[in-house]
Amino acid sequence: MTGTGTRTIKVDTLARVEGEGGLYIKMAGDRVTDVKLKIYEPPRLFEAFLRGRHFSEAPDITARICGICPIAYQMSAVHAMERALGITIDPAVRLLRRLFYCGEWIESHTLHVYMLHAPDFLGYADVIEMAKDHRAVVEKALRLKKIGNRIVQLLGGREIHPISAAVGGFHKIPTKSQLREMVNDLEWALEASLEAVRWTATLQFPDFEQDYEFVALRHPTEYPFNEGRLVSNRGLDIDAAEYEDRFTELHVKHSNALHSVVRGRGSYLVGPLARFNLNFDKLPEVAQKAALGVELKPPVKNLFRSITVRAVELVFACAEALRVIREYEPPSPPRVEAPNRAGVGQAITEAPRGILYHRYAVDGNGLILTAKIIPPTSQNQKRIEDDLREYAAQLAAWPLEEATWKCEQAVRSYDPCISCATHFLKVVIERE
Amino acid sequence: MSSEAKGKTNGKPSTRPKIGVFKFASCDGCQLSLLDAEDELLGVAGAVEIAYFPEATRTMLKGPYDIGLVEGSITTHHDAERIQQVRRQCKKLITIGACATAGGIQALRNWKDVDEFVRAVYASPQFISTLKLSTPIAEHVPVDFELRGCPINKYQLIELITATLAGRKPNIPTYSVCMECKRKANVCIAVARGVACLGPVTQAGCGALCPSYDRGCYGCYGPMETPNTASLTSQLRILGQTDEQVSRAFRSFNAWAWPFRKASEECERS
Repeated sequence: MTGTGTRTIKVDTLARVEGEGGLYIKMAGDRVTDVKLKIYEPPRLFEAFLRGRHFSEAPDITARICGICPIAYQMSAVHAMERALGITIDPAVRLLRRLFYCGEWIESHTLHVYMLHAPDFLGYADVIEMAKDHRAVVEKALRLKKIGNRIVQLLGGREIHPISAAVGGFHKIPTKSQLREMVNDLEWALEASLEAVRWTATLQFPDFEQDYEFVALRHPTEYPFNEGRLVSNRGLDIDAAEYEDRFTELHVKHSNALHSVVRGRGSYLVGPLARFNLNFDKLPEVAQKAALGVELKPPVKNLFRSITVRAVELVFACAEALRVIREYEPPSPPRVEAPNRAGVGQAITEAPRGILYHRYAVDGNGLILTAKIIPPTSQNQKRIEDDLREYAAQLAAWPLEEATWKCEQAVRSYDPCISCATHFLKVVIERE
Repeated sequence: MSSEAKGKTNGKPSTRPKIGVFKFASCDGCQLSLLDAEDELLGVAGAVEIAYFPEATRTMLKGPYDIGLVEGSITTHHDAERIQQVRRQCKKLITIGACATAGGIQALRNWKDVDEFVRAVYASPQFISTLKLSTPIAEHVPVDFELRGCPINKYQLIELITATLAGRKPNIPTYSVCMECKRKANVCIAVARGVACLGPVTQAGCGALCPSYDRGCYGCYGPMETPNTASLTSQLRILGQTDEQVSRAFRSFNAWAWPFRKASEECERS
């Protein structure tokens, strides 16, 4: 359908994303005249009601922003608070937090790769339908996901909104033998993840490459979770404390949306593609080899291939979990004291879907004065819209229904978590 | 290749009970519990027809639904209307989690000036449409069962779905977290170590997680049946907690549930 006719791609409810949003693209011929990623989840106003709460409550309260990645919220919260209070954590706590994050990445990436994203590539409405033809694949995925959840459960008590993370450490820590019980499962998970890399690489990827600014943490010796400088492929290299100087939120006309942009440049991409492209050299050998084995090497600029990059990160998370378990010596005590003290602290950690920024100011009684939280999905949001503007134009000749599905698939490549983004934005984009 | 054309029933109407999952203001965690039931998921999906569950599927079948699972609280005019439509489409309506059952953590606005809250978060507050209160589903429509928890317990959810389909009463206890501690033979952290714990007034369901992890219960499952909050409040004061601390303890994920709300307001007044 080329020429001058107008058509509208409209998805009232975007499926297989966390939270609720819709998509609206208006076209005149092969020109996109309007893109709206509508997020109609109601605002929950976390930053407002965090004021007056004690700093020790921040990890429990902010976890409730997102049921899919509560650990990311807990990790950014504890690190920001520790910085505000001037606390140094035990190296063993640091190691356990990496293991905790491994669990969340395994659980969240498996959910996304197999249950939310793969059905798009294979033409199924959902994983249940996919299981009818690919039962063994789905059963393996469920087992892999369960192993990720088991790590979270062991360290945090339960998979969703775990209860053990605390400012200064953990409320309770596992014994060495409890962790060692996970080894067999994790060795199986590592093999399953390698298979995931090979399997996802056989999918058909639309030919769609963009010139992204990738933004991720970078650590001198590790693939990033909780620590590092924030870097990009366009020369950004900053500490978390400088984040708000270098990034800003634009207000789009007729909308209350906050679009994160790099000051003076524009949209950017966070998440697996950014991490992989900026930190390939820090991946363990097994993950590097797996990627190279399917001809995946940085820079990967095709959004749709993020499914395989997630699988590579699954390999990393399983290998890293095994390393932590081998090296683990229980910290004593499980957490350092966190006395009330006035201060300001910022932290960035790598949620499964990209960087998550927290900043808190705390008073002398330990009560929160101000809170600022910028989740990965609101950072990717402008990039999602920029992609759709390009991609929908490429699909101008496609039947509407298939073009619509493809656009949905493009959005899902970001693994958007709309529940997270919600309290920051509501309806997005309105332009001529 | 539409989702309809590739529907699960090959055009034939399914005889399996239809389930719909509906979301209001929430974190998605309670509905994720369904996908987190890794061992049961394929079994459940075989026994029921997942007719509407946007987090998991593109297929969106029209109602009526035999069971509607509702997550989240009501915080906008639009949602206040939408829950009426959802109720009309569901034979049995079950709320899942603290948001749907008690208004959730976002109900902390209920004691504050919501306009000031909006201004604190959004630079263009005039574009935000939100209600002054975050309220549970049962304040808007009749609810057939309220499943507690922040998040819910996935085994309780499966028990509840099974019981509802079988037409029997679900086996979901309403006693306190203390019972679970006793059963696990936990030493009482409040008595032995003076740790502030909401266990005595909080409904069981988590398996006494926090006391098992060396910390006091913080009330994820909301008030138990007939909780003695006044007695707990005085006990917490004896342990050295200030009125502000006790009030904050009651005001978290189930803050708007009546017994917790009353207890926190009494602390504020004293």
